[in-house]
Amino acid sequence: MAVTVSPERDTVATPIQRALKEGFYAGAISLGLFVLFIGLKTGQNMSNELVVTTRWGLLAAVVIATAVGRFLYVAYGQPFMASQKITNVATGLLPASVASRFFQLPWFVAAVVVALLLFVFNSSLAGWVGAEPAGYLQFLRALAIIYVLACVIYYFRAFIHANFTRLGITALVLYPILVVAVLSLNAWSITGGLQGSLKWVDNFGIQILIYVMLAWGLNIVVGLAGLLDLGYVAFYALGAYAYALLATQYGLSFWILLPAAGAMAALWGVLLGFPVLRLRGDYLAIVTLAFGEIIRLVLINWREVTNGSAGISGIPKVSFFGLMSFNVSDPNYIAKVLGIAQSGAYYKIFLYYLILGLCLLTAFVTIRLRRLPVGRAWEALREDEIACRSLGINTTTTKLTAFATGAMFGGFAGSFFAARQGFVSPESFVFLESAIILAIVVLGGMGSLVGIAVAAMVMIGGTEALRELDFLKEIFGPDFTPELYRMLLFGMAMVIVMLWKPRGFVGSREPTAFLKERRAVSGSFTKEGHG
Amino acid sequence: MQYFVQQLINGLTLGSIYGLIAIGYTMVYGIIGMINFAHGDIFMVGAFSALIVFLILTALFYSVPVVIALLIMMIVAMLLTSLYNWTIEKVAYRPLRGSFRLAPLITAIGMSIALSNFVQVTQGPRNKPIPPMVSQVYSINGVSVSLKQIIIVIVTALLLALFWYLVNRTSLGRAQRACEQDRKMAALLGIDVDRTISITFIMGAALAAVAGTLFLMYYGVVAFSDGFTPGVKAFTAAVLGGIGSLPGAVLGGLMIGFIESMWSAYFSIDYKDVAAFSILAIVLIFLPSGILGRPEVEKV
Repeated sequence: MAVTVSPERDTVATPIQRALKEGFYAGAISLGLFVLFIGLKTGQNMSNELVVTTRWGLLAAVVIATAVGRFLYVAYGQPFMASQKITNVATGLLPASVASRFFQLPWFVAAVVVALLLFVFNSSLAGWVGAEPAGYLQFLRALAIIYVLACVIYYFRAFIHANFTRLGITALVLYPILVVAVLSLNAWSITGGLQGSLKWVDNFGIQILIYVMLAWGLNIVVGLAGLLDLGYVAFYALGAYAYALLATQYGLSFWILLPAAGAMAALWGVLLGFPVLRLRGDYLAIVTLAFGEIIRLVLINWREVTNGSAGISGIPKVSFFGLMSFNVSDPNYIAKVLGIAQSGAYYKIFLYYLILGLCLLTAFVTIRLRRLPVGRAWEALREDEIACRSLGINTTTTKLTAFATGAMFGGFAGSFFAARQGFVSPESFVFLESAIILAIVVLGGMGSLVGIAVAAMVMIGGTEALRELDFLKEIFGPDFTPELYRMLLFGMAMVIVMLWKPRGFVGSREPTAFLKERRAVSGSFTKEGHG
Repeated sequence: MQYFVQQLINGLTLGSIYGLIAIGYTMVYGIIGMINFAHGDIFMVGAFSALIVFLILTALFYSVPVVIALLIMMIVAMLLTSLYNWTIEKVAYRPLRGSFRLAPLITAIGMSIALSNFVQVTQGPRNKPIPPMVSQVYSINGVSVSLKQIIIVIVTALLLALFWYLVNRTSLGRAQRACEQDRKMAALLGIDVDRTISITFIMGAALAAVAGTLFLMYYGVVAFSDGFTPGVKAFTAAVLGGIGSLPGAVLGGLMIGFIESMWSAYFSIDYKDVAAFSILAIVLIFLPSGILGRPEVEKV
């Protein structure tokens, strides 16, 4: 049992020796972990039986990579980080000494020039150097743009830090316009720009904002009231199905159904809240998880109403407050009314502003509620339930309002989702979605709206960006599909970010009530979802 | 009556598998107070390892006696799965042990996503069927009992006995129970807490690997996504029995198994999971800390 620690051994082992040993162990462990799963592959043969084929080369590569990686980390990474920590306490992403070496003016100018040149000669590149190197050059262009942006952020860091919220909202409002403008310049036609903007506005903009909204909604339950909810996706599903069913069956408009869906989700939030009022911590977590699964299973099995796994299709689009429609066949189609060229991009841009508005509404309500008695009661409940009760706060209504408010925003996001997709099925509302939303809330730093938005951008934008890595096919062969690795990398990113910043991206809190002056407190002083 | 006994036997088989997985949840929860969300996927890794070992065995030898094949599958799966759980604990949970409570939950969810997608990427997304290993069926008074079910119940009973002995009669078990009560005090008395926690993870994973092997033998098919549903059910079972209590986990597993088989027999098979989850919610309304769980004493 007892482990004897010999002090001599620690002093004798140099970092390199220790690193060699650690690297060897890491290699041995990864050999054990991967021998069956990477070394062998199960596949079907001609007569449809399972057979195993060997991939020893790949296994050796992975094992050696793990060993070398561990060796380099222990030998050079750890001492480097330790010395950085001593010389200057790391603030933000990079320690200052590294950042000033990394962002230098000549490099910045060079990157701007490279990016501009590659943009200008974009169309003729493939003709000059062939398709394959052109792919690499496009990747280089992307890297240069990222570097330029990082430099700009670094140079103006004080300004950005001071006006973060205002700048962020401005950037979000201008985003679709900028995308269309840049792409129009690039393709030298506005129609081309609109067509190209579809992907950027829809896959990145709308997708990220939906998660921002969901995470902000869940933040009310987990971050403010401290109730761990693992089944938040149920309210999202309820909102989506409420809109889908009422719009397809009764032809009601989105603008009537949006509040209706929110109200319905809030009602279900209260219904869920009642039985779980007495539960604490992990019991609450499992019941909410079970609730999410029950809703999904009912959606799958109640075929007469929900059409089962096949889902509901043909959900009508949102109209521009009834004045203009986005259906090409309608007499008041937006292009006909305004006399402009037809394009599918108008609808996406409209949806982008719609979800942005819903997000800002969520943020506004959250900020305001925190200053109201009910918001303070939520935070008091999070910090200490017994003290809260002793002070005369009604914990029942406090918990129920938190569930209902969180659920309502989930319902809004759900009906928006249904309108955007035009199709809903139970597939979209699996537990994984709840897990992703909760992960965004925690990674962002619970209770911090800005942190949550940044976390959503990093996690969702990052996984979406993996779809764009087609150039990797040139390296790993045409069978390589980066999309397959999306969720694997997402899971690993969750672990790594959590280990790196256990308190989330924004680790400090602004108090709502204070004496004389407002001072930010460290996030470690606030408690977290313990139900 | 025969029909009822038949369903009872089916429920017992299913419940045994849930119980084995639920022990892993409840032990980890008892000792470090976290939900090991990756445990369901650990179970899936166990089932997959058993599948690959089975394929190697059938490829290398013309015919292997079933008992020996099962034993080899189980042992290899236990070793590999324990290695997985040990590594995960070391990499993803240990650095966050002193941190706030939701941090290890998030890394556990991340690990769960990463594990199932790792298996999907390396082994392909399709279902992996194997030919039936055991096919004898005995009929007693019109109730049919397959040899598979008998094996599952016997293996589970043996393992539970061994496990009970480990926890209640050895110094290792004593160390575990001590850590469960008060980690700091246990450390002061000379117990290596880190090592005890690692062993807890290894034991949980070994039981999950056995459950995985039995699952593979019973259903004859496994896929990368098979960790989630049994994982959630087993977690439900652990909570139903009172999380942190070992007999509670087994009891909860059996209850969930019975509820499922009875509901699919007498009502509708579509809603069997809904029934299991609803009963969980109803039980928790009346017994907020599960059936055998100790009520949390709050000190002000």
